[in-house]
Amino acid sequence: MADATISGGMPAGREARPVASGPVLAADGTPLKASLARSLRRQKARALLLIAPLLLFILATFVLPIGDMLFRSVENRIVGDTLPRTVAALREDTAPVPGEPAFVALYEDLVVAEEYKRHTQLGTRLNYEWGGASSLFRGTGRAVARFGTDVYTDQFQDADPAFEDGAQWAAWMADEAVRAALPETADAYDAWAQFTTEVGNDDPAEEEPGDMVYAALHRDLSAGAQPPGLPAVDVTGFETVSIKELLIEEDDAWGEPEIWNVLRLYAPAYTPGYYLNAVDLQKDLDGVSVRPENDRIYVTLFVRTMIMSLVITGTCILLGYPIAYLLASLPMRTANLLMILVLLPFWTSLLVRTSAWKVLLQQQGVINDILVWAGVVSDANRLVMINNQTGTIIAMTHILLPFMILPLYSVMKGIPPSFVRAAKSLGANDWTAFWRVYFPQSVPGIGAGSILVFILSIGYYITPELVGGTKGVFISNRIAYHISTSLNWGLAAALGTILLAVVLLLYWVYDRLVGIDNVKLGG
Amino acid sequence: MTITKLMGSAALALLPMAGAALAQDAAAPELPACENCADSMVIMSWGGAYQNSQLKAYVEPYIAATGITVTWDESSNEAIAKLRAAQEAGNMPFDLVDVEGPDAQRACDEGLAVEIDHDEVLAPGDDGSAPTEDFGDSIINDCYLPQIYFSTTFGYRTDVAEWNGATPDDICDVFDIEAFPGMRSLQASPKKNLEWALICDGVAAEDVYDVLDEDGGVERALAKLDTIKDSTIWWTAGAETPQLLADKEVVMGSTYNGRLFSVIAEQNQPVEMLWDYQNFDFDGWIVPAGLSEDRMNRVMHFARFATDTQRLADQAKYIAYGPARASSQPLVSTHADLGIEMAPHMPTNPDNMKNYLVNNIEWWADNQDEVEATFQNWLAQ
Repeated sequence: MADATISGGMPAGREARPVASGPVLAADGTPLKASLARSLRRQKARALLLIAPLLLFILATFVLPIGDMLFRSVENRIVGDTLPRTVAALREDTAPVPGEPAFVALYEDLVVAEEYKRHTQLGTRLNYEWGGASSLFRGTGRAVARFGTDVYTDQFQDADPAFEDGAQWAAWMADEAVRAALPETADAYDAWAQFTTEVGNDDPAEEEPGDMVYAALHRDLSAGAQPPGLPAVDVTGFETVSIKELLIEEDDAWGEPEIWNVLRLYAPAYTPGYYLNAVDLQKDLDGVSVRPENDRIYVTLFVRTMIMSLVITGTCILLGYPIAYLLASLPMRTANLLMILVLLPFWTSLLVRTSAWKVLLQQQGVINDILVWAGVVSDANRLVMINNQTGTIIAMTHILLPFMILPLYSVMKGIPPSFVRAAKSLGANDWTAFWRVYFPQSVPGIGAGSILVFILSIGYYITPELVGGTKGVFISNRIAYHISTSLNWGLAAALGTILLAVVLLLYWVYDRLVGIDNVKLGG
Repeated sequence: MTITKLMGSAALALLPMAGAALAQDAAAPELPACENCADSMVIMSWGGAYQNSQLKAYVEPYIAATGITVTWDESSNEAIAKLRAAQEAGNMPFDLVDVEGPDAQRACDEGLAVEIDHDEVLAPGDDGSAPTEDFGDSIINDCYLPQIYFSTTFGYRTDVAEWNGATPDDICDVFDIEAFPGMRSLQASPKKNLEWALICDGVAAEDVYDVLDEDGGVERALAKLDTIKDSTIWWTAGAETPQLLADKEVVMGSTYNGRLFSVIAEQNQPVEMLWDYQNFDFDGWIVPAGLSEDRMNRVMHFARFATDTQRLADQAKYIAYGPARASSQPLVSTHADLGIEMAPHMPTNPDNMKNYLVNNIEWWADNQDEVEATFQNWLAQ
């Protein structure tokens, strides 16, 4: 390609070239610069095409899910989507416990949400912020269907039978003049007609509207509306009910400021709430405060994850270094044989290895049996080595050890034995020759192994879950719990994002301290 | 509510019927044709012994009669999470989902499961009774197709030297570290543990949920659990307690009664049941919302067959759980392989239910989110 555009036949080009200063031209008369750029672009496109499958794969399975996770950790549209009228009403009404209009809005929102069965999801969501929201929304959702608002329905229908007729209602609500005169009724009717069509699969024109439509009509008429075409009804003598009182009667919590604060705080479509929750903080009206003591667990878990990962990395270095040294200094044949022993557990299923540790470590397990038999511990005082931090550290050290040995080994293989011999011939004893000459050259291997082991262990899930009990689990176990059991995906996403950020931060610190150039995976 | 019903079925379960065994073998499934039905199904269940009882009692007979393919998904532990994720993705891979009572309630409340007209979908009892009468109180909500009731109860090892020959016969012995030293295993969930803790803290069984509703009620139960927290291994899968008991890792532990039955009767471990205040719960099917018409037809066709009188009675041949139909009770006979009478091992055997609790599904459906969060934080601290 390149030879086609960048002409090799200079004499031909020379004739076409202007005598004065101008762009260098290619054989076809285009400027050489543009021609070159085009050819490079084409080359890049071709290279891109080659890596396209991998790129798409990574985009689809890695970048997009992580992006989705980041989005989920701040996304909070459920409040505004489920309670749109309430959110709007609360913008107007800033009293700790709002007045009747906000309660009316809440009532209508809940009637709609109950039809779509969204109120329970909202309750679950708000329960993350305020314990009690879930049962509040479930209970109230059940109650709004049989609310006392049917007094309006009955009174309107007694006043004129036309109010019972679904087709008549549909005709009124199709009339722009009526809609303009009765804004609240039109809104309530539209919501009712929508869920009647979508959820009940019924034709609204054949159904008698729900109670909330009559309640809205009563409000419109009480406010002095004079809709054209509707039967004249004098609503002044009507028996009325207060929806605020009805809701508070259903559950006292509606009469307290807490739930309204939560609704105000979590009305926006995006929230930092999950992140605050993930570091044991909470949002309140004055800003941010620390959660009550028995709710604080995440900082402890993050710290525990860090410390235990460091300990595991440390034990891996202590155990892996001598093995790697031995492998590197033995003759090739023997070293390869021993290498198989290192790799063998690597090829065994993770679950099998973890379960094997259970058998070894438990109180009636192999190790305790041997210790009791040897008289090291008495039968009554068998060691507790599993379902705690000890269990996690032992099992994970074993599982992650190859990740330490392999980079160490390949770095050590690259250290010429002549260096140590030279040091010794210059008068160093064994220790000095090792410590001053050999060890510094193996540090890049330690670095690589440590990064691998530390980052792997920080996100480990299955081994702590199986052998860690309650005290030996990591933050990742908590993330899994929120993904699969509590279904608090927002919090799980926030915890995951924080974990990712911590790893990146540590990587950066490591780069500043040790220098990532000093890390070698191979000789 | 369900108590009278369970008592009634217990009495029935005691009456062994001579003709029952004959009737079972003779009952080759006769199925009505299924029109516009999918030819495969994905069933979510619990795996292990329970799923096996479903396979033997009605899935294999159904496959034999219809020739469809059935795929199992063993994730009923995470049923609600899986259903929510599937619904959010707009692609429902499951056709029928086996869940416990409270999860059925949650799925129904959240619109994850379709509502069902029980009298239309389910088969009448073999005595001609309408399904809603035959199942009675075990139809806990509009979405739920009942299968069995089970209980969560304790098993203990009979060879613990430190107990000096004493054996626990009271639920509160679980909380008595002095008299019955050793590790316990309890479910890593507030359900049932809180009730037992309150009973052993002096609350009368009928007041348990009232106390839990009070301010500080949950904390009171947790304080009682604190007394054995350091001697407890927490399980998440029903198979863990039997394993821990067999390994001598724990001296007593809670799990589903059918799992303990298999440790005792099938594996002959030195383990006994502690039936005191066993806690009854329901297990059954829900049909996820959003199935296409042919899949829905297939599921309903299968569900009608799988919950009929004979099939539910057959299931009890493989696992010690009580069929949810009153008309199935007299047909419960002997274990399919061991040949032992199943009735004495049923949680509804009167000897086993001198004291018992019935899991309050509504209370748990309403309060699970709050209490679960509190409990998990307590566990993590």
